[in-house]
Amino acid sequence: MNKTGIIFRRELSAYFATPVAYVFIVIFLVLASAFTFYLGNFYERGQADLSPFFTFHPWLYLFLVPAISMRLWAEERKSGSIELLLTLPIRTSEVVLGKFLAAWAFCGIALAFTFPIWITVNYLGEPDNGAIFTAYLGSLLMAGAFLAIGACISATTRNQVIAFIITVVVCFGFLLSGLPLVLDLFSGWAPQVLTDAVASLSFMTHFRSLSRGVIDLRAVVYFGLVIGFWLAANTVVLDLKKAD
Amino acid sequence: MIETEQLTKRYGSLVAVDELSFSVGQGEVLGFLGPNGAGKSTTMKMIAGFLTPTAGHARVCGFDVEQEPVKAKSQIGYLPEGAPSYGEMTPGSFLEFIARVRGLSGAEKQRRMAEAVERLHLQSVITQPIETLSKGYKRRVGLAQAILHDPKVLILDEPTDGLDPNQKHEVRALIREMASDKIIIISTHILEEVHAVCARAIIIAHGRILADDTPAALEARSPYHNAVSLKLGEMPEAARARLGELGNVSGVEDIGDGRLRILPTDGEFILPAVGRLALEQGWHVDELQVESGRLDEVFRQITTDGLAAEVSP
Repeated sequence: MNKTGIIFRRELSAYFATPVAYVFIVIFLVLASAFTFYLGNFYERGQADLSPFFTFHPWLYLFLVPAISMRLWAEERKSGSIELLLTLPIRTSEVVLGKFLAAWAFCGIALAFTFPIWITVNYLGEPDNGAIFTAYLGSLLMAGAFLAIGACISATTRNQVIAFIITVVVCFGFLLSGLPLVLDLFSGWAPQVLTDAVASLSFMTHFRSLSRGVIDLRAVVYFGLVIGFWLAANTVVLDLKKAD
Repeated sequence: MIETEQLTKRYGSLVAVDELSFSVGQGEVLGFLGPNGAGKSTTMKMIAGFLTPTAGHARVCGFDVEQEPVKAKSQIGYLPEGAPSYGEMTPGSFLEFIARVRGLSGAEKQRRMAEAVERLHLQSVITQPIETLSKGYKRRVGLAQAILHDPKVLILDEPTDGLDPNQKHEVRALIREMASDKIIIISTHILEEVHAVCARAIIIAHGRILADDTPAALEARSPYHNAVSLKLGEMPEAARARLGELGNVSGVEDIGDGRLRILPTDGEFILPAVGRLALEQGWHVDELQVESGRLDEVFRQITTDGLAAEVSP
C-alpha cells in the first residue's frame, strides 16, 4: 500500500474511534432533513426531485465542514504528534493528500447516509435519477473544496477554534463571491476584470448548475482546481512552518 | 555517521543554535547535556528533519536532511520531546501504523512489532487507548515506535523522562544493548544517565558547544577529581591541620558526619600520602575513598562560565 493510503486509513479510522464521527453524521442528517421538509417544502411542491434537499447543502457545509477540517492539523500541532508525523520517511504532500482524502471520504459517508430521501422521492414519483446522481456528485465536490480550504487554514494554527472561525469566514466569501455582499468590496476600487474574476469564483453558481443535474464540466474542473490549489497551499504552509 | 556543519537556527533575533559542528560515528552513544533552553531539542529536531536550519547542514548516513529528507528520515528512529503519539489509538494499532509507513510488511513487520513490544514490556496495555496510559507507558510506546524498524540512527529526546527508577534502568540497558551497531544521540538533564550510557558527552548552552569529551574526562575537570574522603573513628583535633600540610593538598573540608574531604591540587593522586599519614599518626580509619569527580559540579562550572564569557565582552 502506498504511503498516502496508509495515512488515509489511519485518519479515517481515527474519526470513528471518537464520538466525532457519530455526532457529525447525526447532526448532518437531522439538519439536512429539517431543511428539506420545513424550509424546502419538499411535500408541498409536489415535484419528484431533490432540489429542496440540495439547495441547502452549501449552508450546511458552511458550518459543518469547518468543524471537520479544523482539527486536521491544529490538533496535530497541539498534541505535538505533527513532529512524529513529519519525521517519518514520507513526503509532506503525501500526508496532506492522505489526510484530505480521509476527511473527504468521511464527508462522503455522511452524504451517503442521506439515501432514505432518495428512496422516498423514488417511492413518491419518478424522478430523474441521473440528475440526482449529478447533484450528489456536485455536493461532494463542493464539500471537498470547503475541506481543502479548511485543511490549509488548520495548518496555520494550533488553535482549533481559530481554525474554525477563519475557515467559516473564508468559505462564506467563496460561497457568496457572486453576490453584491462580496462584490461591493471590490467594485468601488478594483478594475472590472478583477471584480468579474471574483464573481466567477463563486461556489454557489458552480454548485447550482450541478445541483440541477447539469453535468457542467467547467464546474467540475473549477472545484478540482480549488481543491488542488488549497492542498498545494497546505503543503507549502507546512513546509514553511512545521513547528510553532 | 551523523555530521552537522555550522548548524544554525535563529528565531528572529534569538539564536537557538549557533553554528554547531560535530560528527558522531557508528557504535557511539552521544549525550547532549545542557540547561533548559540550551538548544538541545532544537538541534535534535533539525537532525531529525522536523525543523529547517536557518544555515548549515546536517547529514545522516550520507544523506543531507534538507536535500534528501525521505532517505535521511528512513535511517532515523526519533523520539520527540514528550513522546507524542495519537491518543485515540492503541499501542498495537499505533505501532502497526508506524511499521507500515516505515515500509515494513508481512512476517518481517510482525516480528519487529513483537520484538519492540517485548523489549519495552507493552504486552499488558496493547489494546488500551494510548491516552489512558500512564506517563511511563506513553514514553515506552514512543521508544517502541523509534526502535521499530531497527534504524541505524536513534535520536532520543529525554528518553527516560517520567519513568520510574526500574524503568529507567531498563531503558538504559536497552540503549547500551543497541549501542554497538548504531549511532545514538540522547539528550538528558540527568547526569547519572550520561555515566550510565554515554561514551561521549557534549555540553551545550546558548546554542554553542562548551565541552565535548568522555564523561570520565569531564569529571576530571572537577575540583573533586581524585579528592580523598576520610572518616575517622574519633577525630583528633590536629588531623585537619596535619592533612592540610601534606604536599599537593589544596584544602580540607569538613563535610559532616565525621568525614573530611581532602582536595588535591591539579587533580594529583594523593591517596597514598593520606594513607601513610593516617598510619604514622595511628588514626582509627573507618572509611577511606577516592572520589572520581562530580559531573554536576563540572556541568555547573562549564555552563555558568560559558554564560559569564558571553556577558563580559
